Amino acid sequence: MIEAYELTKVFDDFRAVDCVSLNVPRGSVVALLGPNGAGKTTTVRMLTSILAPTSGWAKVAGYSVVDQPEHVRASVGVLTEQHGLYERMKAIEYLDFFGRVYRMSAANRKRRSLELMERFGLTFALDKRLGDYSKGMKQKLALVRAMLHDPPVLLLDEPTSAMDPLSAKQVRDAILELQRGDRTFLITTHNLTEAQQIASKIAIIRSGRIVADGTFEQLARQFVGDPIMELRANRPMNGFVSEVTDLVTVVESGENWLRYRVAEPEQSNPVLLRRAAELGVEVVTLAPVSRTLEDVYLQVVKEDEGYGNDDQR
Amino acid sequence: MTISVNPLDTLNLPPDAGWHARLHHTMGNALIITRREVRDSFRDWRIIAPIVILTFLFPFLAQFVAGRFAEFVAGYGAEVVGERTIPFLLMIVGFFPISISLVIALETFVGEKERRSLEPLLSTPLSNTELYIGKTLAAMIPPLLSSLGGMAVYLISLVAGEVAWRPQPALVVQIVMLTIVQALVMVTGAVVVSSQTTSTRAANLLASFIVIPMTLLIQVESIVMFLAPDTDSPRGITALWAIIVGMVVAVILLLRLGNSIFNREELLGRTIDQLNLRSVLRNIWRMTRAVDNRGTPARNLREWYGGVFGAVKALGPAIWITAGVFVVAFVAGWAIGQAPEWQLNLPKDASMNQAATMLGRYTSIPTSTGTLLFIVWQNGRILLAALVLAIFTFGIAAVILTPTVYAVIGYLFSQVYIAGYNPTFLYAGLLTHGVIEIPVIVLAAAASFRLGAIITRPPKGMTVGQGWTLAVGQTVRIALGIVIPGLLLAAFIEAFITPRVVVAVLSGGGG
Repeated sequence: MIEAYELTKVFDDFRAVDCVSLNVPRGSVVALLGPNGAGKTTTVRMLTSILAPTSGWAKVAGYSVVDQPEHVRASVGVLTEQHGLYERMKAIEYLDFFGRVYRMSAANRKRRSLELMERFGLTFALDKRLGDYSKGMKQKLALVRAMLHDPPVLLLDEPTSAMDPLSAKQVRDAILELQRGDRTFLITTHNLTEAQQIASKIAIIRSGRIVADGTFEQLARQFVGDPIMELRANRPMNGFVSEVTDLVTVVESGENWLRYRVAEPEQSNPVLLRRAAELGVEVVTLAPVSRTLEDVYLQVVKEDEGYGNDDQR
Repeated sequence: MTISVNPLDTLNLPPDAGWHARLHHTMGNALIITRREVRDSFRDWRIIAPIVILTFLFPFLAQFVAGRFAEFVAGYGAEVVGERTIPFLLMIVGFFPISISLVIALETFVGEKERRSLEPLLSTPLSNTELYIGKTLAAMIPPLLSSLGGMAVYLISLVAGEVAWRPQPALVVQIVMLTIVQALVMVTGAVVVSSQTTSTRAANLLASFIVIPMTLLIQVESIVMFLAPDTDSPRGITALWAIIVGMVVAVILLLRLGNSIFNREELLGRTIDQLNLRSVLRNIWRMTRAVDNRGTPARNLREWYGGVFGAVKALGPAIWITAGVFVVAFVAGWAIGQAPEWQLNLPKDASMNQAATMLGRYTSIPTSTGTLLFIVWQNGRILLAALVLAIFTFGIAAVILTPTVYAVIGYLFSQVYIAGYNPTFLYAGLLTHGVIEIPVIVLAAAASFRLGAIITRPPKGMTVGQGWTLAVGQTVRIALGIVIPGLLLAAFIEAFITPRVVVAVLSGGGG
């Protein structure tokens, strides 16, 4: 649904985006992560046909961002980092205006507006001036605006940054619901927990380049190694550790616990459990040690900085 | 959630739709923007208050002032001054409200940029032109309505009031037209200013580039209305018609510039809040050394000359337009020479030598060995002035200033023919070096014309800044590679060869 190949944007002497290639299949959520100034917004602007790429190409919903900009913009819903609402308008007027811009019929404009405002718990504020909205309400309204014309592709910049936990959950639920309805999302965010929760794929961008791209599991395996498992026994394991070093890579161990790294847990764990039983070790729990996107992200950044330093040298 | 809307409904215009359907579609979309903006403006008391005051109170004040002033000057026997104050005040009544259009335009463009509400709008399928038209109309409509309303109130109060003098209808039409084009110039100028700034403060500072010329123009119009000999003509004041035509040209150029500058890339990516002169000069130098539009540097002189000819090719229609204007100038000079009141009345039986001496009084054609550098300087300063003025006049100065000399030449040719002389010596005196000089000057004028005009329509895929930098580089390439060497060679021929050829022709010819 979103395809980008070596997308590049140069402003005068500054290369804001450098050969970014992305593939976001229909019905998926891709999180684009990266520090401030990494090129996320510029990438989104190119995918919205607001900025023309210096080189490379991209297709959104089947349309070229260079040759069919108006088709692209008709096919995407965009939540910008700054919500940019018209503060003297009422919510219902605001949505009606954007509905007109998207050439929706009067009945559709009204129906969709009410439906989405209810979905995000804003019905009570339909006739309120937007200047009186709280920050979170403004963000939700901006999201409603992005979804108003029911686009097949949604490009959301920090969709929950200003929201309270309940509102943020509402938004995440809405995203997942729409994803199940075959909608495609590209989300830029600094909220790694949220990205891990909703993204089917993650791309990390630094200094305009994609430095890592894949599912969370793929990235975790690539950057923080194979999964780590933790085994706990009901009493000291006396020599058990030395008996399993041929099966797994032991990372840490204690009197009655053991942490090990294993490439194929599905194959190695049953063998390890059988050996524990043979040696009379009664296993209480065997569970993966949870790894977070934050671990992966920090490792990616660390490695990329290493490469950067090498380059400089 | 249900899927209920086809977002592509917005683009349901068939590809073979005629211009009428396209215009309808464009205006339909533009008016969505206009309606919202106008409604928004009318919700702001800071805009409403001055509009109401200027529409309904100021005209009565102006009418009162006109009456008192007319009485006052009549006491000194200067009734004519009082009479001419009346249309002048009509113009002022119209001008004050449209000055608000500048404020609204700056607010709707930069204000929206500043509040970051522009990007959601830019993410919609509306085209740049639709956004531009919609916002331009929105900035114009309230103040223009106020202006026309104010003028109507003033005229009605004049008719109903005690002042007996009535302006000519043509003059009223002129003032209304001036008001409309002035509003358009201010709004279109404000779009240009707005697109290059990111804050209202910066836009207000840059707005002086609009306010100062407009103020000067109003002063010129005022002087014209008081002093023009045809003030009471039923056809209106000729000088005001000329100003209206000039303003319409300015509006067309500003609209073109605005439309090219009002694009998403410029609006989001550009600002001249800080002018990086070093970067600009570096880019110009890069394009000067380049062999192509991408800035690939030439590796040797031969490659660079390839770039020079590429730059000449890039001038495209500018060369033909400029050459056409030169021909028109020559023909116009010739035509002026046919009018009896403009003829020199040269003696019919003069010999070639006498004729040359006589013409020498009127022409600057060097018939002796003038210095080469003097000739280069003569041509060079005209071309340089045309180049500098072209930058500030969208290229127009280049195709007005430079061909003027050729109007003079056309005029001289006509006088020679009318006097019945054998014109061979003129051909010898002009074409010996002219075969080089004339094409070089046409080329230089065309390059200046394009340099000024390119900002109104930058090459496809380029911003105005990129297009202009490229054009400067190409112009410098043409200047260094062709114009300067060409002028030097032509000056050498003119200084050392042309006089000999002319002498030879005169010696061999008869009277």
